[in-house]
Amino acid sequence: MNIVLRLAWRNLWRHARRTWLTIGAMVFSNTLLVFMISFQFSMYGLMIDNTLQVFSGHMQVQAPEYKDDQKMRQVVPGVQPLAAQLRKEFDSDTIAARGWAFGLASSEERSYGIGIYGVEPEFEPRVSNIPGLIEDGRFFEQNDAMEIVIGEVLARNLRIGVGDELTILGSGLDGSFAAAVVVVVGVFESGVKDIDRNIAEMPLGTFQDVFYMNGAGHQVVIMAPTLDDAPALQSNVAAFLPDGLVVHSWDVLQPGLKQAIQADISSAFFMYGILVILVAFSVLNTQLMSVLERTHEFGVVMALGMKPGRLGRLVMLETALMGLLGFVLGAAAGALLTYWFTVNGLSYPGMEEMAANFNLPGRVYPQVSILKTVFGPAVVFLFTLLAAIYPAWRLRSLHPVEAMRTN
Amino acid sequence: MTAVRCVDICKTYRQGDQDIRALDHLSVEIEKGEFVCLMSPSGGGKTTLLNAIGGLDIPDSGEVWVADKRIDQMSKGELADLRLANIGFVFQAYNLIPVLTAQENVEFVMQVQGIPTAKRREKSLAILEEVGLEGLENRRPAEMSGGQQQRVAVARAIVSRPALVLADEPTANLDSKTSDELMGLFKELNEHHNTTFVIATHDQRVMRYAKRIIRMRDGRIVDDIEQNAA
Ligand SMILES: Nc1ncnc2c1ncn2[C@@H]1O[C@H](COP(=O)(O)OP(=O)(O)OP(=O)(O)O)[C@@H](O)[C@H]1O
Ligand SMILES: [Mg+2]
Repeated sequence: MNIVLRLAWRNLWRHARRTWLTIGAMVFSNTLLVFMISFQFSMYGLMIDNTLQVFSGHMQVQAPEYKDDQKMRQVVPGVQPLAAQLRKEFDSDTIAARGWAFGLASSEERSYGIGIYGVEPEFEPRVSNIPGLIEDGRFFEQNDAMEIVIGEVLARNLRIGVGDELTILGSGLDGSFAAAVVVVVGVFESGVKDIDRNIAEMPLGTFQDVFYMNGAGHQVVIMAPTLDDAPALQSNVAAFLPDGLVVHSWDVLQPGLKQAIQADISSAFFMYGILVILVAFSVLNTQLMSVLERTHEFGVVMALGMKPGRLGRLVMLETALMGLLGFVLGAAAGALLTYWFTVNGLSYPGMEEMAANFNLPGRVYPQVSILKTVFGPAVVFLFTLLAAIYPAWRLRSLHPVEAMRTN
Repeated sequence: MTAVRCVDICKTYRQGDQDIRALDHLSVEIEKGEFVCLMSPSGGGKTTLLNAIGGLDIPDSGEVWVADKRIDQMSKGELADLRLANIGFVFQAYNLIPVLTAQENVEFVMQVQGIPTAKRREKSLAILEEVGLEGLENRRPAEMSGGQQQRVAVARAIVSRPALVLADEPTANLDSKTSDELMGLFKELNEHHNTTFVIATHDQRVMRYAKRIIRMRDGRIVDDIEQNAA
């Protein structure tokens, strides 16, 4: 083996305890980073998946103005044939047409203002998890059935249940008075209070009749196979769409979700930054000490003809070896810890509110991935090397005679 | 051929508000293959002179020539290269690298010189044998006696056959028997390889080996004599 490498390695163990303490700091922060980053991004994944699964999907085709001016008249004409066309073109059945209206829902006892979706009975279950969350009763099957499913809180508020009739009042596309009596066939419980209190779904055909939609609707919801496939699919859909329609991605449809994630990332990475800087200072301290106490020795090898640059590289090499140990041990420990939670799951005290808002399950199972395992430790390693630059650079001004005078 | 030539060199140190003339208009010439002993009372300027010759310290004025090159105007880098290639240093404290074995200490300098691995092994083993350390190649400094450590230091200094070896009180920490052995070794190298030796010492026994004795006091040469060495 190269003698300089051997020298660097053995120098590390001259003060084994100090070296282990420094490596310990790296291992600790690396373990934490790997675990936290894995956990965090698993959370985001869940937040995105679970939120998008409720209504927004990965993208939606809409009239251009609809997003900012959610009015009845901002329609997608011929929404069902368009959805069928898109399903055919992109060989996908996770595409569904919808209409949206505001209405007054009245039982015999009470009335509430609610949002009403008209959805395709066959395809809605493939783009939304609401049909699967029916606690009581069933989802409707016929596109023209006079049936409705409502949220569990709304059912309680209206004091009705499966089999009861519900009167819907609203205004149609042309501004005329719209009214219908439908039968509640199912009650869903999404767990998100706002949805369970304010939302109802009826078959799109019925919806179009009741609100005089004339075949139009307001959205075509599209789910890509995975979130990662969404951007490519979106540009294909955009190219396919007739003029007068646009396709929005999930982060446009759910700006709150993206902002929540970004805010969380910022605060988390601020904390990680502090952690990394603490490690860097511990390395700086260790290497300064280690250089200082070897002043005499460095003076000797300089007297023998070694240039300060090479000494500096020796110090960098020592630091790199130390950093490598911290990297490997920390990444391994972090991956193991994360894996333990992959198997056993993790509840998140203190994050219940965020979890509830974004419809998350009670336990998260963070996934180990190479990128998430390597990213944090790599940054720590980089800062470790940066921290050693100063001690190494100081050697430039070392004078051999003076250095050899110190003991 | 002249191995070392100093012309009118001065070196002043400031200590507190007092100037100390460590070298005071000193001139000296040393021929290739000489075996010179520098003697002086403590503080006479021996170390300062050796450092000037070895390019470790630059005099305030005057000229220093080593192997016909003027070194007092060289850059730090050039001086480092000069030492690496042409000058061997032996110090009073053996100054070995504690975490390296005897052989690695010797090889380390060669690696810095850029000598390939196989050659390094061969040369380091040969030189350790030459200084009488066969079988101790894998000992670390802490596992060797003072004399043995000083031999490793000598092996390190001479392994690349420098033309000039500068030794600053090499026997100060050795008992008389070990000192004699070390001086015997120097003598041998001097005779076989025509290596120039300049040895600073207080030690009367070391003096006997020298062919030339330069006595200094207060940074000046006060006596310069040739003698028949032991
Ligand atoms: N770095 C320095 N700072 C101040 N004074 C110094 C320094 N180095 C040497 N001196 C002074 O210069 C003078 C010559 O010192 P030098 O070390 O050359 O003497 P020496 O002959 O080697 O002494 P010794 O036999 O004790 O080793 C002494 O008076 C010493 O105190
Ligand atoms: Mg001295």
